[in-house]
Amino acid sequence: MLNVALPKGRLGEQVYDLFEKAGYPCPSVKETSRRLIFENEAAGVRYFWVKPSDVAIYVERGAADIGVAGKDILLESGADVYELADLHVGVCRMAVAAKRGFRDDPRRTLRVATKFTNIARRHYAAVGRDIDIIHLNGSIELAPILGLADVIVDIVETGTTLKENDLEVIEDIVPVSARLIANKAGFKFKTEEIERLARELRTEETV
Amino acid sequence: MENNAVLTDPQERIALALRALYARYGYQPYRMSKFEEYDLYSRNKDFLISEGVITFTDTDGKLMALKPDVTLSIVKNNADLPGVTQKLYYSENVYRVSKGTGTFREIPQTGLECIGAVDDCCVGEVLFLAAESLAAVGERSVLDVSHLGLLTALVDRLTPDGAVREELLRCVSGKNSHGVDAVCAGHGIPAEAAAPLRELLALYGAPETVLPKLAVLAEKTGTEREAQELARALGVFAGTALAKSVRIDFSVVSDRHYYNGVVFKGFIEGVPECVLSGGQYDNLMKRMGRASRAIGFAVYPEPLGRMGESAPYDADVMLLYEAGTEPAALRAAAAGLMAEGKSVFTCARENPKLRCREKALFRNGEVTFLA
Repeated sequence: MLNVALPKGRLGEQVYDLFEKAGYPCPSVKETSRRLIFENEAAGVRYFWVKPSDVAIYVERGAADIGVAGKDILLESGADVYELADLHVGVCRMAVAAKRGFRDDPRRTLRVATKFTNIARRHYAAVGRDIDIIHLNGSIELAPILGLADVIVDIVETGTTLKENDLEVIEDIVPVSARLIANKAGFKFKTEEIERLARELRTEETV
Repeated sequence: MENNAVLTDPQERIALALRALYARYGYQPYRMSKFEEYDLYSRNKDFLISEGVITFTDTDGKLMALKPDVTLSIVKNNADLPGVTQKLYYSENVYRVSKGTGTFREIPQTGLECIGAVDDCCVGEVLFLAAESLAAVGERSVLDVSHLGLLTALVDRLTPDGAVREELLRCVSGKNSHGVDAVCAGHGIPAEAAAPLRELLALYGAPETVLPKLAVLAEKTGTEREAQELARALGVFAGTALAKSVRIDFSVVSDRHYYNGVVFKGFIEGVPECVLSGGQYDNLMKRMGRASRAIGFAVYPEPLGRMGESAPYDADVMLLYEAGTEPAALRAAAAGLMAEGKSVFTCARENPKLRCREKALFRNGEVTFLA
């Protein structure tokens, strides 16, 4: 039996469809209920919905054998897991954005507002830029508008929210999409099951 | 006399079993101080598993550290003896930053080091002992073995850029072949040039299936010497019961500045993290001015201690007694129960926090079990 951690929300539903098409269905997953665990013994899978940012933790700690997490979450958490496949769903990018027309003055410490402090810190350390990190949990776009920060580091999907708030992307950091991840120790004992599933999912997303 | 408290503590039991195993192979016990000069760690920061060392200033003004690692101390404190092989084992506590809490923790570690004139036989013996250690502490285990020299040879030929090499090694350690493609595409490395690395990444499994394929890949890439080294070391398992627990897996990656050659990690079914880690660290020896070679590993009993169910009871019998009971009579009654192999908690009033298998009352010199 494979324990699969799926991210709650739209991405999770898209990802479940991929699993279903790959031959791992569990129709009760889509029923509206307060249940958290769904099992299809015949298909050998047990799904559970968890907060997207928690998927990597469930997998790293072995509560789930495999899971699906965004590359942003993996980079931010630094979870020690296998990244077996890029599922090419939930495609977006991690980028630096600022108020339209912003000029980065190298003589000043750059104030960066973000939910992704580790990604931002690594990005600016790699280019040797001195920064001050302001950790926010939401509405990151407000920070440069209100003068709380010079730039933001955040997920950009279509860029509509930025545009509507008179912000623009000034630099891309890394492309982001959903990844199939596996617990390193669990993989040793369920190798065939996990590899078969990864293979089916890779085939599914190329069809 | 057997100490039941020690034998029922899983971590202690594991440490005892491992020490007995290493002693059987003639390894000598190695004891060391809890403290070491901080300078040793500041010079070899990358060798440490976690960043951060607990430091303090000694009475003579020297900056000292609570040791976060054992191997560095063993290498530092053992002089090179030309042509001599030293085989040592230890069971020590180290002080590291826990990834989960971000705070310092005291972590038990048992392991061994083979230092000096290390040849293929020593490498084979240490690998075998690693597999035996896993078998001694868990029912189903896997020892993943890789060859860092072979892996880095395939990575280094792709790019001279150290940062890109590290990025590629990170992808390999995550079995992330799409990541290898993305890194190559991002740095102008042709996809076909990375084909051997992707092929190596896909080689995972029992030595008898992987080694023939590896030999073909090694011939194509000029890494025959490394492939043969790996094959020779794994030869120790041929025809043994431990062979089924050994896999070749190149996602086992250790820091190349310290390690070289054969590197390995061990896993036990039901434990979600690696419980054994080791390899050849000739490069560390060189960095510390030693001419000799070395190989070793450490077992981390802590995650193993979390295996299985918690003990359902604190004691077998809660023996209640009345006010005025003669201490000698009570002791004799408790001793009688202990002689039956039961643990006994005596108390005048019931302790609601304690969970006991049975409850009994000691009155008028007699023990009556309560329903």
